[in-house]
Amino acid sequence: MLGAATKRSAAEEGKPTMTGRPAGRTSTEPVTATGRGAKTIEARDVNLFYGDFHAVEDVTMTIAPNKVTALIGSSGCGKTTFLRSLNRMHELTPGARVDGHVSLDGEDIYGKGVDPVEVRRLIGMVFQQPNPFPTMSIYDNVAAGLNLNSRRVPKSQKDSVVERSLRGANLWEEVKDRLDKPGSGLSGGQQQRLCIARAIAVEPEVLLMDEPCSALDPLATLAIEDLISELKNRYTIVIVTHNMQQAARASDVTAFFNLDATGKPGHLVEVGATNEIFTNPTQKQTEDYVSGRFG
Amino acid sequence: MESASVTHSPALERPASLLASGAGWRRRAKDRLMTVLIAGAFALAMIPLISLVYEVTKRGIPGLSLAFFTEDARGVVGEGGGASHAIVGTLVITGVAAAISVPIGIMGAIYLNEYGQGRLRRALTFFVDVMTGIPSIVAGLFACALFELFFGPGIRLGVMGSVALSVLMIPIVIRSAEEVLKIVPNHLREAAYALGTPKWKTIVKVVLPTAFAGLVTGVMIAIARIVGETAPLLVTTGVVDSMNSDPFHGRMQNLAVYAYNEYRSPGVFKQAAYDKAWAAALTLIAIVMLLNVAARLVYRRYKTEIR
Repeated sequence: MLGAATKRSAAEEGKPTMTGRPAGRTSTEPVTATGRGAKTIEARDVNLFYGDFHAVEDVTMTIAPNKVTALIGSSGCGKTTFLRSLNRMHELTPGARVDGHVSLDGEDIYGKGVDPVEVRRLIGMVFQQPNPFPTMSIYDNVAAGLNLNSRRVPKSQKDSVVERSLRGANLWEEVKDRLDKPGSGLSGGQQQRLCIARAIAVEPEVLLMDEPCSALDPLATLAIEDLISELKNRYTIVIVTHNMQQAARASDVTAFFNLDATGKPGHLVEVGATNEIFTNPTQKQTEDYVSGRFG
Repeated sequence: MESASVTHSPALERPASLLASGAGWRRRAKDRLMTVLIAGAFALAMIPLISLVYEVTKRGIPGLSLAFFTEDARGVVGEGGGASHAIVGTLVITGVAAAISVPIGIMGAIYLNEYGQGRLRRALTFFVDVMTGIPSIVAGLFACALFELFFGPGIRLGVMGSVALSVLMIPIVIRSAEEVLKIVPNHLREAAYALGTPKWKTIVKVVLPTAFAGLVTGVMIAIARIVGETAPLLVTTGVVDSMNSDPFHGRMQNLAVYAYNEYRSPGVFKQAAYDKAWAAALTLIAIVMLLNVAARLVYRRYKTEIR
């Protein structure tokens, strides 16, 4: 069915490849085991509205820690809207509303008295278009999470956080000599890795990624996908993608969203292990979508 | 393809041969005529501007001298004296006006662009628009009335002039700052929110630095706009011949009122007075030009390329 999708074996990691991928972390440096640890997200009967428009209907799913969960589906079916409701970004749109229950590690993130700013510190997000802050250097971009969160951090500590995050994003070797240059001077793929470094510098428990590779060329996409498979050891990752092959390659769990018709709310059709969804889905809609009959 | 059933309008007829379809002499003549008309209109628009600058320079240069810049008019009855008190007065009054207007204007723009919603925002925008049209003499009379409430009639202070100019300057700052803040792309704000940054901090540390060049330019242009206002200053700052750089005590002279005065009551030595009036006008134009040039330089130096 999807013969084009390839799964790279673990033995290939660390070896120089013919494709000339940018050499990131060398295989001799271990991944430092710091951070809060990956957590579970539970969504139950989540309904999302833009004003009166019902955008997403009755989503119930569990997002497991240390796994990559991919949200797939055709355009406009609510995947990004649902993703944004997981870190309380959906409510920033004027008129937007969330009904239902979303919890992080058992705690309701929409509970009374919960500060959305705190939620967003724990659940980070990387966007489709790389968006480094244009007025800041690479160093300041990565440290932005610390600087903007009103924590007075001594410089030595900041230095080590920046280095750790850039290594974690496989960008350190490429930028270590020009940390004070503006963040906007990097290529698209490097900028997106910078945004990932920025997101992981604040040590989130979950990392949400909204089509992180759709604005990038295939080589850069490859680099990001490699990165995602490393990052899942430390974080829970949810990624929205239009690219089915990417979902098949890079994720452990896949959730398929669909629309009955334009104007109707999007809903979750099926969720399960990626292997199962792509080879043996239980719903006909899912089978039609993954075999390319629509979408 | 059935072309017989489709009727083309004459305008869409395909020319028999592309090579022979080149612009006929009629179209070229029309092009040339329009070019001449447009260039002519531009020249016409430039004439008053250029002749103004020429006249002011020609008549103002005789009035310029070292004394003009260094001496005030205290006790001067004859040909001597200078306008240093007027120059200092203009700078002080404009400076205080900017100090009042810039924080209020920028914070107002931040409110309208980042926080405002619904009816309150529409009402405020309406009032700001109304304020941009206030006649300058009305602003002057307002400042007069305000200070007379506290200090009694006949009070004349430098800061009154600043308050009057602020009334004129605030809506200009709000309008231009709002435009600049709108240009800052939303995805930068979202990037900051996604890191867990409170809204006010996002504005202070991400939005304002990104908009910095545009904000400074807007402020400088607003200053250039009010630096030559005469009517409000006539009724608020009074006329005085000696140097006063304290806006909170006593009358203060400024270039606009000085020029007006020298021209209206030239005294015995008419030509010297007229010369000084023109020189004051020339100085004002020079200040405005310097501010505009500085605004451009700041913009070029500090602008952020947002991809």
